[in-house]
Amino acid sequence: MSRRKTERLLGLVVCLLSSERYLTALQIRAAVPGYPESFEAFKRMFERDKEELRELGIPLETGSNSPLDEEAGYRIPRQAYVLPEIRLEPDEAAVLSLAAGVWRRAELAGAAAGALLKLRAAGVDAEETPQPGIEPRLQAGEAAFGPLWQAVRDRRPVAFAYRAAGRSEPQQRHLEPWGVVNRHGRWYVAGHDRDRDAARVFRLSRIEGPVEFSGPAGSVTVPDGVDVRETVREWDTQPPPQRSAVYRVRQGAGYGIRRYATSVRPDGDGWDLVEAPFSDVAWFAEHLASFGRSVVVIEPADLREAVITQLKGALA
Amino acid sequence: MTAPAPRTSTARLQRLLALVPYVVSRKVAGVAETAAAFGISERELVDDLNLLWCVELRSPDPYCPIDLSYEGGEIEVSQAELMDRPLRLAVDEASALLVALRMLADVGQAGAGLADGSALSRTIAKLEAAAGEAAAPSAQVAVQVDKIAQQAVLDQLRDALARGRRVHLSYYVPGRDEATERDVDPMRLLIVEGRSYLEGWCRRAEAVRLFRLDRVLGLAVLPVAAEVPPDAEPKDLDQGLFRPSPEDLHVVIELGPHGRWVAEYYPCEEVTELGDGRLRVELRTPDSRWVRRLALRLGENGRIIAPASLDEQVRADAAAALAQYAPQVADQTGG
Repeated sequence: MSRRKTERLLGLVVCLLSSERYLTALQIRAAVPGYPESFEAFKRMFERDKEELRELGIPLETGSNSPLDEEAGYRIPRQAYVLPEIRLEPDEAAVLSLAAGVWRRAELAGAAAGALLKLRAAGVDAEETPQPGIEPRLQAGEAAFGPLWQAVRDRRPVAFAYRAAGRSEPQQRHLEPWGVVNRHGRWYVAGHDRDRDAARVFRLSRIEGPVEFSGPAGSVTVPDGVDVRETVREWDTQPPPQRSAVYRVRQGAGYGIRRYATSVRPDGDGWDLVEAPFSDVAWFAEHLASFGRSVVVIEPADLREAVITQLKGALA
Repeated sequence: MTAPAPRTSTARLQRLLALVPYVVSRKVAGVAETAAAFGISERELVDDLNLLWCVELRSPDPYCPIDLSYEGGEIEVSQAELMDRPLRLAVDEASALLVALRMLADVGQAGAGLADGSALSRTIAKLEAAAGEAAAPSAQVAVQVDKIAQQAVLDQLRDALARGRRVHLSYYVPGRDEATERDVDPMRLLIVEGRSYLEGWCRRAEAVRLFRLDRVLGLAVLPVAAEVPPDAEPKDLDQGLFRPSPEDLHVVIELGPHGRWVAEYYPCEEVTELGDGRLRVELRTPDSRWVRRLALRLGENGRIIAPASLDEQVRADAAAALAQYAPQVADQTGG
């Protein structure tokens, strides 16, 4: 950490904030201590400093005071710089603390801490006193979350290798991302798939290798009326159950499939006869097979067949 | 939460820009509490204050824009001019808080009522207003929390926690396909990765246990005070919710392309690509019964490599289940 650099950057911020007029590079060098004598060295350092201030979110404006000025100048408009007044009631400050803790150790943890710092600096008393008995957490562990969030934020297209369910090899995909959604504890990215020319949803845990930006910031447009939560929900939701299955379940077993049953009645010899709705034969057959000898499917025939195939697969 | 101490000069600059308004908005701030709020030592804080005090501009006339003192452990800023307000929120900062707040509001709608719903909506509105344009991209990130079917379960749990009461749980253990009955002394409610859990002292296991709320079959608040032993340790959530114990069974499974989801759903110690989309996963579990159920669910898409005895059990399970379809199977093989 360089103390001199920190001092110089701080001086630069104060200098540009204090002037309503645009200041030229030379005026800035005269006012802010710490810049080198050589003009070339100064220019290089000044360029880097401007970049760093912008990365911090400091609104550094370029412009000129009159059309006659040949050289551009710089300033930081106070209106654009300051956080507007914000006052929180104690109960509001409490939920804010709770929210800031949600990201702990996850991708946006640093951003949450930075935000809390600024809000405290604005006079908000948000203490580290989580409400007793309650602990909400997000664990955006997937490596793809960071770059995808940046892409969504900056409206940039991305490219990544994706291994769809059941595929033996990953495929290169090109996406204009609209949003990132966590559903049932899993992260998804939704957007316009350039290869398929259609809306698509991808699971972050199936992205392999790095996510690369494949175009400039601002080049992605989210179509009007798109709600990414809705896009992911539709993709993730099984079609409504349209068929009904009848199977025998041993008494005292099969709780996981009794819960969705439409009817359960004793069938003698320690068995119950259960009727339940389902939509997807393959998925439901796997589910039923996992109960082993506690479940016997009666009908429909294709479901019964699928369970037998599943069990034979386990024997193979 | 406290910010990690910044290591780069720009990160320190961020802190310095927040430090002056922090003191100004409070008129006077104690050195110790301010250092704690910023997550730095008192020495680092004093160094920051000296740096701020030393800032000078040389032209047109030399002057020092910041004047402050920290006599007797109390910081006062007598002159701060343009540094008296914090920098506006960056997009990442506004988004981190707004996404989390909306997630909590979603839990509230689900009935969990984690926090006071009206406080949440008020805070979201105030933060959106303060963040301005920086708030917009946060709408592109959303966390949906599982809806809890039995609202009553949650209300009862909150009541039990608030009043320090023991509860009786009927709880479904999918790994064993069993409904279990147990008394639990509630410790806290967890909302982790979109799922809700009760953490409590299970009097049957005599240990801290997590119970997924969507697997609670029935719940009664008992007229008995909860007695969580003083040495009962809550889970360290930063270490992940499910941490295997060294005594757990070590299981190796080979998965076909259609079985790869196992690596996404369960915490694996090792995941090895075997080519052609096949995977070998190694995991630990205290209960071999759920591995047997998993293997039946996987069918030909998974094979237990170790322990070999477990693979034999799975084959026996499958054979016993198939035997119940004997007439049809016999027809097919015989015909």
